[in-house]
Amino acid sequence: MSRLALELPGLSLKNPVMPASGCFGFGREFSQLFDLSTLGAIMIKATTEEPRYGNATPRVAETPGGMLNAIGLQNPGLEKVIANELEWLKQFEVPIIANVAGSQTEDYVQVAKEISKVDNVHALELNISCPNVKTGGIAFGTIPETAKELTKRVKEVSEVPVYVKLSPNVTNIVEMAKAVEDGGADGITMINTLIGMRIDLKTGRPVLSNRTGGLSGPAVKPVAVRMVYEVSQQTNLPIIGMGGVSTVEDIIEFSLAGADAVAIGTANFVNPFICPELIAELDHYLEQHNVDHISELKGRSWK
Amino acid sequence: MIQKELMTVVSQSEIAVNIFEMTLKGALARQIDEPGKFVHLKVGEEMMPLLRRPISIAKIEPEKQEFTMIYRAEGAGTSALSRKRTGDLVDVLGPLGHGFPVEEAAAGQTAILIGGGIGVPPLYELSRRLNEKGVKTIHVLGFQNKQAAFYTEQFAALGDTYVATVDGSLGEQGFVTDIINKHGLKADIFYSCGPTVMLKAVERLHAAPRGYISLEERMGCGIGACFACVCHPAADETGTAYLKICSDGPVFKAGEVAL
Repeated sequence: MSRLALELPGLSLKNPVMPASGCFGFGREFSQLFDLSTLGAIMIKATTEEPRYGNATPRVAETPGGMLNAIGLQNPGLEKVIANELEWLKQFEVPIIANVAGSQTEDYVQVAKEISKVDNVHALELNISCPNVKTGGIAFGTIPETAKELTKRVKEVSEVPVYVKLSPNVTNIVEMAKAVEDGGADGITMINTLIGMRIDLKTGRPVLSNRTGGLSGPAVKPVAVRMVYEVSQQTNLPIIGMGGVSTVEDIIEFSLAGADAVAIGTANFVNPFICPELIAELDHYLEQHNVDHISELKGRSWK
Repeated sequence: MIQKELMTVVSQSEIAVNIFEMTLKGALARQIDEPGKFVHLKVGEEMMPLLRRPISIAKIEPEKQEFTMIYRAEGAGTSALSRKRTGDLVDVLGPLGHGFPVEEAAAGQTAILIGGGIGVPPLYELSRRLNEKGVKTIHVLGFQNKQAAFYTEQFAALGDTYVATVDGSLGEQGFVTDIINKHGLKADIFYSCGPTVMLKAVERLHAAPRGYISLEERMGCGIGACFACVCHPAADETGTAYLKICSDGPVFKAGEVAL
């Protein structure tokens, strides 16, 4: 019996490891490197109703143990994502979690309605936490009542379970989690990036053209672990944890904190083979530590 | 095919002020089939620098399983790279991107290769390949000053070579475009790599009826997944079309990208 396979709303996962949205494109580039069917799932790049170019460059800046990005939800738009990207992904035996973004409620509803009809989309990830767009995005992710209302509206039209991606840029993450649970969310993914900034000493100006960006990578892991620890004790929703995961030990830590599965973000940029490597190592780790199934570890830090 | 390999440093030396030449050995070198492609390096295991560094390739020797890079030690990553010694290991991902199409120049034709600063290195392997094929090459190399100049003799061994420096301390004073105008240099095709302002000026020159340029940008993943290094195509009515420098480029047909 597999130590790694698990069932979450809408998702039959071969293993609890998946690339995080925005860090894997739509999978095409990584398909040259390994078989995408080895992944637990794929969280595709955020999709908006209309195509978006995103922000001007520079869009990334390095920081100690992490990076700032301000891509700005660049994507080819709903129609092309469905016709080209999701269609292409059908050749792989892997459930897709479609990250849905927008500027206003109607955008989210429209994208959710259409994209949830696609066969290989097994769940939605509602992106209410992108810090890099001027309207929408994070505004929905910082006010509990707004998040709840949006979740409700998207739930009404979605044909698959809805996970809501929480922003760490709030005072009380538990309040946000409870709000989306009340709104009918089927699960939570957390955390999105922390808003940060770097200033170029030569020019005296921010490095990123967007001025601020989202911090990710190992530097944010303690924040993510703390938030998963808090939220998992206060809601009944399954949690896909993320934020700086780059080793098997990190996966174990998220699991102990209360995550059911994990997503890998920035580490894909450092080592594009990280996901299949971690999947293989995780199985080995559990065997070595006499753990029959990954779910045994869930929430052990507070149980 | 893209590979990830711990390659061994064969040699490293400072060939101009802050400019290093490093030769790496490993099976990956045999995969590099075109000049102008690049490698993405992880310099150490440390958390800073966390990300890889894109570095261009100056010379490929597949039979020896080696390739040579020339880079400027500037930030944390390249400075750490410059401290590597013979026998040390470097984590290399590559070869990445699309390089200079050698097949676009025919034997007997003339190609003009225009490079600026740290954009010069990939033109060296390109020139070797073109000469091998019987294409005559003219090189126009621009540097800040004499201290920053490198490989001028190696280029001179392959074809006519003009050197421009901003302060006139080596070759002729001025920019590469000044030299091309002054000498009325013409060719069947041009290939160029350097700062964007230079590429823009080179595109306007028409030293050849057609050509290829290699772009530079801050990169994240280097394989086209992160959307950090996008640029606008020249012909784009919607404003939402994009090209990724790392995977669609770094070499583009002149005029293809809005500079």
